[in-house]
Amino acid sequence: MTTTTVVTGLGIAAPNGLGTEDYWKATLAGESGIGPVTRFDATRYPARLAGEVPGFVAEEHIPSRLMPQTDHMTRLALAAAEWALEDAGIDTGDVPEYGMGTVTSASGGAVEFGQRELQNLWSKGKEHVSAYQSFAWFYAVNTGQISIRHKLRGPSGVLLTEQAGGIDAIGQARRHVRKGFQAVVSGGVDAGICPWGWVPQLAAGLMSTEQDPARAFLPFSADASGYVVGEGGAILVAEDLAAARARGASHVYGEIAGYAATLDPAPGSGRPPGLVKAVRTALADAGLAPADIDVVFADAAGVPELDRAEAEALAEVFGPGAVPVTAPKSSTGRLLAGGAALDAATALLALRDGVVPHTAGVGAPAAGYPIDLVTGAPREADLRNALVLARGHGGFNAALVVSRTA
Amino acid sequence: MTTTTSTTVTLADLTRMLRESAGEEEGIDLDGDVLDTPFLELGYDSLALLQVIGEVQRTYGISVPDDAVVDAETPRALLELINSGQGSEA
Repeated sequence: MTTTTVVTGLGIAAPNGLGTEDYWKATLAGESGIGPVTRFDATRYPARLAGEVPGFVAEEHIPSRLMPQTDHMTRLALAAAEWALEDAGIDTGDVPEYGMGTVTSASGGAVEFGQRELQNLWSKGKEHVSAYQSFAWFYAVNTGQISIRHKLRGPSGVLLTEQAGGIDAIGQARRHVRKGFQAVVSGGVDAGICPWGWVPQLAAGLMSTEQDPARAFLPFSADASGYVVGEGGAILVAEDLAAARARGASHVYGEIAGYAATLDPAPGSGRPPGLVKAVRTALADAGLAPADIDVVFADAAGVPELDRAEAEALAEVFGPGAVPVTAPKSSTGRLLAGGAALDAATALLALRDGVVPHTAGVGAPAAGYPIDLVTGAPREADLRNALVLARGHGGFNAALVVSRTA
Repeated sequence: MTTTTSTTVTLADLTRMLRESAGEEEGIDLDGDVLDTPFLELGYDSLALLQVIGEVQRTYGISVPDDAVVDAETPRALLELINSGQGSEA
């Protein structure tokens, strides 16, 4: 008997909406969360726009004991995890002690906390460094804090594949469920809107330096000029379908039907990048043909050569313009390790409601991109299977197929 | 150079610094009679104590060795350690 892994809970913290329904409503309305950076003084940096999560008052979501030991990133992750578990309706006390784990994605760790404490070290001395610096900055900190807070003692981990990590975490969660664990808290939430988070992104040379929020992040557009960085992401509860039914779960968003990850060959090798192979392998894993995919949530780098490569990869697998492609992240920016998890959550909401959210702010794809980009307004459709793509700097590719459950 | 301090850190000072530097566990009344209540029962682990010791050092100039803190299991024991003058070298 094969195990079917489904998503039973979602928790979202996004630049255009805090909480799943606020985010989804804003996304369908095409409301953007991109604006001037407020979390630090970015005026001396070439990139001065970001997608910041609105209205998050940490004290309303995070216990007092956790405040001094958590970065903004971890606070967002803890809030999203709590919402996801509430949404799933799982009483973790009813699950065997080692029956649930947590696997999340990360990129640079909690860089805002880490930068502050390192500045304390340089400028004031070691007596001024928080004892919590010992773990609060760490890549695995979201996983650790979620695990501790909800007593999830099953298999846990953290995956770092830059911006592809959200999908890889969901793929890893499915592996654990297939091994017999009831549920795994998965996905990713990231936040690096501080100088330490900014500088490596700038150094990669892919950030947009456009100053107009309406023009800074236009994936697949002829005017694409790089990407805007945002914060937030999504936490998902991946669960064994039989267990979810047995406990009377009130809803199932969809099945984690296919997953694959590939690594690009070394530059100069002459071999093609790995995105097409990731898509084909994920489709095969789901037992689906290209024609079965009803919508693609694109990686949508917003960098012309990367957009072109993705559009051509999609045309190679599906045929030119043969499948609707969308990038609602045009309203959030790219959320580092949180972005692919938010796209996966968005795809599940699209399956639930039978609507493809549009790529708000983008008028049309650039001439010569062979894709049917959904622009202008959401498109209603009977959606059975959605493909979510993500690429991480350094050659990471990840593909996820989510399917409506019967 | 060794400097002696006449400052005495009180339980009220300690609980205030605990709240500020490590937060407060829900359902715990730090203002109650907690002098002999083990820190673990108050919701504070060793990292929380290291955090508060940092605050003591910054505020009062009293330094307490990290390894001694681990042995102070109650507010009374920690206050004695702080106020004993041991390691008062700033």
